[in-house]
Amino acid sequence: MDYLLIQMLNGVQLGLLMFLLAAGLTLTFGIMDLVNLAHGSLYMMGAYFAWTLIGWTGSFVLGALLALPATFLLGVVVEVVVARRLYARDHLAQVLATFGLILFFNELVRAVWGPEGKSIAVPAFLDHTVQILPGASYPAYRFALIVVGAAVALLLAWLVARTKLGMLIRAGASNRRMIGALGINIELLFTLVFGLGAVFAGLAGLMAAPIASVKIGMGDDILIVAFVIIVIGGIGSIKGAFVAAMIVGQIDIVGRAFLPDMLKTFMDPASASGAAPAISQVLIYVVMAAVLVWRPTGLFGQRS
Amino acid sequence: MTGRSFGRAIIAAAAATLALGLQPALAQQSVKIGFISTFSGPQAAIGEDMRRSVELAVEHLGGKMAGKPIQIIYEDDQFKPDVGKQRSEKLVEQDKVNFVAGYIWSNVLLASLKTVADEGDTIMISANAGPSQIAGELCNKNFFSTSWQNDQTPMAMGEYLNQKGVKNLYLVGPNYAAGKDMLAGVKRTYKGKIVGEDYTKWPSQLDFSAELTKIGSVKPDGIFIFYPGAHGVQFVKQWAQAGLNKTVPLYQVFSIDAITLPQQGDLALGTLGAQEWVNDLPNPQNKRYVEDFKKKYHTYPSYYGAQSYDAIMLIASAVEALKGDLSSKDKIRAEMKKANFKSLRGDFKFGNNNFPIENFYIQEAVKDPQGMMTVKTIATAVTAAKDPFADKCPMK
Amino acid sequence: MLAALRTPRGAVTALLLLLMAALPLLTQAFDQRYLLSVGTRIVIWSIAAASLNMILGYGGLVSFGHAAFFGIGGYAVGILSANGIQSGWIQWPLALGVAILWAALIGALSLRTRGVYFIMITLAFAQLVYYLSSGLEAYGGDDGLNISRSRFGGLVDLRDKASFYWLCLILLLATLWFSSRLVHSRFGYVLRGAKSNELRMTALGFPVFRYRLAAFVIAGAFGALSGILLANDGAYVSPAMMSWVKSGDLIVIVVLGGIGALFGPLYGAITFFAVEEFLKPLLDLLHRGWGEYWQIVFGPLLVIVALYAQGGIDSLLGRRHD
Repeated sequence: MDYLLIQMLNGVQLGLLMFLLAAGLTLTFGIMDLVNLAHGSLYMMGAYFAWTLIGWTGSFVLGALLALPATFLLGVVVEVVVARRLYARDHLAQVLATFGLILFFNELVRAVWGPEGKSIAVPAFLDHTVQILPGASYPAYRFALIVVGAAVALLLAWLVARTKLGMLIRAGASNRRMIGALGINIELLFTLVFGLGAVFAGLAGLMAAPIASVKIGMGDDILIVAFVIIVIGGIGSIKGAFVAAMIVGQIDIVGRAFLPDMLKTFMDPASASGAAPAISQVLIYVVMAAVLVWRPTGLFGQRS
Repeated sequence: MTGRSFGRAIIAAAAATLALGLQPALAQQSVKIGFISTFSGPQAAIGEDMRRSVELAVEHLGGKMAGKPIQIIYEDDQFKPDVGKQRSEKLVEQDKVNFVAGYIWSNVLLASLKTVADEGDTIMISANAGPSQIAGELCNKNFFSTSWQNDQTPMAMGEYLNQKGVKNLYLVGPNYAAGKDMLAGVKRTYKGKIVGEDYTKWPSQLDFSAELTKIGSVKPDGIFIFYPGAHGVQFVKQWAQAGLNKTVPLYQVFSIDAITLPQQGDLALGTLGAQEWVNDLPNPQNKRYVEDFKKKYHTYPSYYGAQSYDAIMLIASAVEALKGDLSSKDKIRAEMKKANFKSLRGDFKFGNNNFPIENFYIQEAVKDPQGMMTVKTIATAVTAAKDPFADKCPMK
Repeated sequence: MLAALRTPRGAVTALLLLLMAALPLLTQAFDQRYLLSVGTRIVIWSIAAASLNMILGYGGLVSFGHAAFFGIGGYAVGILSANGIQSGWIQWPLALGVAILWAALIGALSLRTRGVYFIMITLAFAQLVYYLSSGLEAYGGDDGLNISRSRFGGLVDLRDKASFYWLCLILLLATLWFSSRLVHSRFGYVLRGAKSNELRMTALGFPVFRYRLAAFVIAGAFGALSGILLANDGAYVSPAMMSWVKSGDLIVIVVLGGIGALFGPLYGAITFFAVEEFLKPLLDLLHRGWGEYWQIVFGPLLVIVALYAQGGIDSLLGRRHD
């Protein structure tokens, strides 16, 4: 029972981390109709900024707090220089241009920070484990991840449901032309939304850094998973991204923690431990394909 | 527009031809060595360590082999087998190198083998990758290794665990060919009980919480892992964060080394690994290599670097023995086969499949007097070990 | 025919084809064997790009998983070869058959979606094949598989570089010829009509879905053909040949050459591989050591192409008439 609970907690934590990354992606996608492959690069840049700033300030919290505006500024620059020229273009041009940005950022990082990875230590006040049940403990830093992820989810829910920005986002996701008719400064709105998306990506990157490592191309690996999440959830829907991230988090944990034993009930152990990772590796793609076959615009996507 | 760009294309083509045309003249005087490794992307740190060691080797040789200048041409495989194959093809067909060395990854080596060793009839030296196929049925007279066969290092670890009396073990590794080889390797020799075996997604998995939770509930006497490069950093960090460093010791191969230790830091202290070379092996050539490397680059060299240094020295031994006359491939092969050079790991012999027959040591992650993380030798796990696939190789 | 030669496009293309046909002789005369290897790669990738162009260029369907067909073609040959079946007469048709079946299956599912959802679902299916091949432990898994080249009796020896190159070139010309016939048929008009206005084509009574599925299957078959050739070129297959980055490269080539242009895939592949081969040494000439960072230049180059050169290289050759 404890075991099951902790594994589910692992799934929640992983899902929330993915949600941080997916939230920014679905925002820019939903409101500006931009397929931004370089979102993973912003995730990476957030982590590298944090590494440098934590080194300067000597404090994890301070460094992390400074890295967020830095990533925001970078997002604004990317928006002004490249992204805004892509909104009116087809998805093909967007894929191509942002694919180019990935190459650029990866090699830029190598030129500036060098090829070897960087490490961000868990801040001292979170560097211990917490007893959550008798005999079962959980790393404190992972609790912090859950708290931050949940806080961002709540913040976004409030933003989307209760603010003018949220209204525009909702309007944009369902009918892009309507925003133009509302007589607001669209250029500024788009720049802000892109910057906000960059902040979420950067936050995900720097929060993941202490458990993962800060390295070139770190965003490319999980970008595809983030895309899978927003597609399952329905593009532009924050609620969809959240639900899908939770589903993907749990699927991932189930595939790794329980599938080998489940397979062993009807297969011999050797082939079960061989088949389990192969199945869990493709599980999210199967789920995505199944969702799209069932609902071609995702769980919460707008019908065209 | 068309006319102009076409004119430019002709100029470019002429310039390229000119540049290519100049090369054969140089080739006659110099020993040309192509070196394939990963110089871009997330694994570029390994390639950099190898290049530094190659440059140090050239420096130690005074820039010459048998009086001829050494010319090294580095090519980036981008961590992709097809790119590695293309670059190897370029080295053989265009640069017409005398030797091709390097290769971190098994799949890059396998993709390039035919191009270099068969169709290119060029001597090939792996400074790291050691897939079982090339040790066994695909062994090749033009292929030499200055590293090991994949299974050997974990087999040495298994032997050590037997000696130490570790009763049961939990295995974790990435779900790709080398990962499966490594876990299979430890199972070949380890006699205790395997209480769990997990394969994780490769290369995209960044979170090991599910596996660590399982390990925490099983409470084994030890964990055995194989996670090269950045993945080793991630696993070791998360193992320590989960508090398992206080309860379950970690035994590893290729996961904690000079490249990853600066990032793993104190978390890796006390962990044990197996390796055929350690920076404190007490032979004069190794002392000189490690000292000069640290002086020049302000960091410890890794086994990737040591194996690359050995690859250059092996080539030098053959070129020197032939007094720089590289016209006969048979003679070069015969000289290479003697392994008549001062290896950083101490002398070794090649087996029938041109893989080294060598010792494996157990190393512990420690802090040096300056506070820098490194590894030191604590035991010899096996001596003069031969790989388990040599019998499948038809060469005698 | 002769009139076509007087347009810049006709003249450049004719000259290019002449040069390509003579490439093995030229590389031999100038002792540049490696250029023939690069040429072979360009021709094979052109076939793959041409097959993607059939659905992406004419049908407007952005498949982000086309490299899966590289793998299907390649692995069909590889697996048969590993089991002792070396005859190309058996290997090649079988490989195409498997690709057609797979394309029909995933096409039927994927074509229910539109836009980005289509991009993502094709990517998902490609990832599925990718991981499946990594799991084929009997065939090398992740390490890939060294194979011997297909045999065609005494007809052609694929081990001979020049013969193999010419075979690839002939197959490329056949692919382009087929592609051109397809576009100018009724089938092609429906496909292109649906690209610009699906509703109208449906309203006119055309079964758009079935037309698109047919196009998807045809593209898959030609994609597999390039995979067969790629496997024979390197005598090696591995999961890496169908990673999502390869699908991205194919899109880059099609866009670079000119979307929906007949010879676009060829122009695109030549440019792509020329950049890969020459940008690094060029930067090294400017300053030693810069070459390694060539992607810092290549990345923004892609951005510029995407932003300002939508017509690709083809548009530099003047307006199209088709």
